[in-house]
Amino acid sequence: MTLVPTSPAGTARSRVRGGPAAPRPRARPRSRGAAAWTPWLYLAPALIVLGALLVYPVGQLGLISLLEYTQAQVSGGEPTSFRGVGNYAELFADAQFWQVLLATVGFATACVVSTLAVGCALAVLLTRVRAVPRLALMLAALGAWATPAVTGSTVWLLLFDPDFGPVNRVLGLGDHSWTYGRYSAFFLVLLEVVWCSFPFVMVTVYAGIRAVPSEVLEAAALDGASQWRIWRSVLAPMLRPILVVVTIQSIIWDFKVFTQIYVMTGGGGIAGQNLVLNVYAYQKAFAASEYSLGSAIGVVMLLILLAITLVYLRLLRGQGEEL
Amino acid sequence: MKLAARLVAPIAALALAGLTACAPGTSDNSSAAKDDRTGTLRLWLFREVSNEPKEKVVDQVVAAFEKAHDGAKVKVEYIPVETRAERMKAAFNDPKSAPDVIEYGNTDTAGYVKDGGLADVTTEFNGWADSKDSDPTARTSVTVDGKVYGAPFFVGVRALYYRTDVFEELGLEPPKTLDELTTAAQRIRAARPELYGLVVGGAYTYGAMPFVWANGGEIAEGRGGSYASTIDSDAARKGIETYTSLFGDDNCPAAKCAGMGGNDTVTAFAAGKAGMAIGGDFSHAAVEAGKVKGKYAVVPLPGVKSGSVAPAFAGGNNIGVLRSTTHRTLAVDLMKRLASKRTQGALFDAMGFLPTYTDVRAEAAKKEPFIEPFVKTLASGTRFVPVSPAWARIDASLVLPTMFQEVVSGKKDVDEASEDAADRMNDAFSSVG
Repeated sequence: MTLVPTSPAGTARSRVRGGPAAPRPRARPRSRGAAAWTPWLYLAPALIVLGALLVYPVGQLGLISLLEYTQAQVSGGEPTSFRGVGNYAELFADAQFWQVLLATVGFATACVVSTLAVGCALAVLLTRVRAVPRLALMLAALGAWATPAVTGSTVWLLLFDPDFGPVNRVLGLGDHSWTYGRYSAFFLVLLEVVWCSFPFVMVTVYAGIRAVPSEVLEAAALDGASQWRIWRSVLAPMLRPILVVVTIQSIIWDFKVFTQIYVMTGGGGIAGQNLVLNVYAYQKAFAASEYSLGSAIGVVMLLILLAITLVYLRLLRGQGEEL
Repeated sequence: MKLAARLVAPIAALALAGLTACAPGTSDNSSAAKDDRTGTLRLWLFREVSNEPKEKVVDQVVAAFEKAHDGAKVKVEYIPVETRAERMKAAFNDPKSAPDVIEYGNTDTAGYVKDGGLADVTTEFNGWADSKDSDPTARTSVTVDGKVYGAPFFVGVRALYYRTDVFEELGLEPPKTLDELTTAAQRIRAARPELYGLVVGGAYTYGAMPFVWANGGEIAEGRGGSYASTIDSDAARKGIETYTSLFGDDNCPAAKCAGMGGNDTVTAFAAGKAGMAIGGDFSHAAVEAGKVKGKYAVVPLPGVKSGSVAPAFAGGNNIGVLRSTTHRTLAVDLMKRLASKRTQGALFDAMGFLPTYTDVRAEAAKKEPFIEPFVKTLASGTRFVPVSPAWARIDASLVLPTMFQEVVSGKKDVDEASEDAADRMNDAFSSVG
């Protein structure tokens, strides 16, 4: 993904690489036999890396999800046996799985929308303020970004602690417990997730805005467009490739949230009310040593994320945007 | 077409390689044929909060062991309790780097046996003079399907800690029944609103279960080798009702207490925020280090009838030999020495670990009056979790805490929550056969 904006107004025109002059003539290979392997030779490094890092682990995940594979099988207490789709059947028959899946989708959606809104708003703000406040905002965001998730979650939890937390004291809430109610616990975790993931959106979008030619913005301003109008009709279309990337990234991250839920709600909240898919998979796969069931959850998650990403890209393609 | 063919070949090759080369690993944990009489044994013990006194006792045992066996050496490693599950799994997965002798939590016994990790030491255990005085619950905790897989190392039980100063101020007597316990808790909360009456936790399984047991309920009953949950029986429901009724503004507000675990309740008591708490003999040090030092006493948790004691959960650790050891005879001898009456007596003096032998325990109670209520609790009968490999799964998927929390937070009533919990347990029991 380059940060070079496409042609203004986001028409369907594809990017032109070289100058508009004549296309470069290509050197013809001498013999066809040697040429056949040349592309593979060039592709080999990428293919090997991809194979080692993607195909192998995903293949293993898929394979394990079809077996009966618990601690007893790993340590040789019992033989590994093939279960077919048994793990998936068990998973889909579990009412809790559907409930957790629904909660995960809802929670991730709220997180993505909030993160993008906060990130984009602050990115626009960054372009509007002077150097010193900009630096301060950048540093604060980078600080949040650099904070490990466990630390961030613990600090947020402490801020909202019913007995010692400053938030309750400032708001005069007495010993109100934020993690007791289902939605208030999810809300608290959402705040933390947004806090630690908006900097990525902000910095990326800010970089994108900076690359937008200032004449375009000037022209819009001269035409009397409001801030909101400039964002909606000029910046957003020009930044679309960048927004696509941060959106997909955010969806994947927020769908896979683990640490924040695990730390802030004590492993899934009161009676498991704050479980999300990843924590649920952890409970099944590692804490209960049901690796095959955990793998099945992993495969389901992978498919969902792939589907969301593909649909999203497809929708954009429909709007005439090439990526 | 040619291009397509060229494309397909490598992809097919890759896929083939992927399929054939990577069936998930299974390690060979069959009992080793070798039984070396010399060489180095590896011993894994848990690292305690203040580990030094434990190390001293263990060093003496090891020195005596090495003296008795020429050419045998012992390498001791102390592993953190929190990461024990990962360490044990790793040890079972890679027998080459696994220890020979381990300390393990007694609720893990059945799971480790199913994983194929522990060696059957029935003959050696029964032929051992010390084992005659081993108390029955401790013996249960090393037994799976009639076979013995280790030696009990120490036991831990919980009893009722209460604030002597608060009780005196309000003119309260230590409760003799569970009803009196509830009344006392509410009176404390009413008179001193900054305190929890009896601090309870929704995730504190072993603090809650005595209420179920005292009412005659059980987690599950063994039927023909497998288990069936009885947590939804009338007796069990009565216990759940009693325990969950303690969550409320008149004792321990649900918003704060529903999420608490055992350590949280002990911490609250130690910090002087509660009139009473259910704590173990092992919590003694933590309470002594807190604000309430010198202002508390301990009695057995009362049962339903006056003068009875609510059955406590018999926690504790065992010493076991790994199936993959190549020094079986030596390892069994080391296990016996570590779990012997003498070592347990020394460990009590050093660490306060309750011995698993009735006679050694009586001896210890004479020396240290503090443990008397715990010994009394043990003597009046204790309970244990189902000895089934399914227990690890039930424990990990938080079935019991979820049940208590569902009732406490008003999501379900006792009947519904206990029925769901029983279903989930039965699923787990049936899946392990």
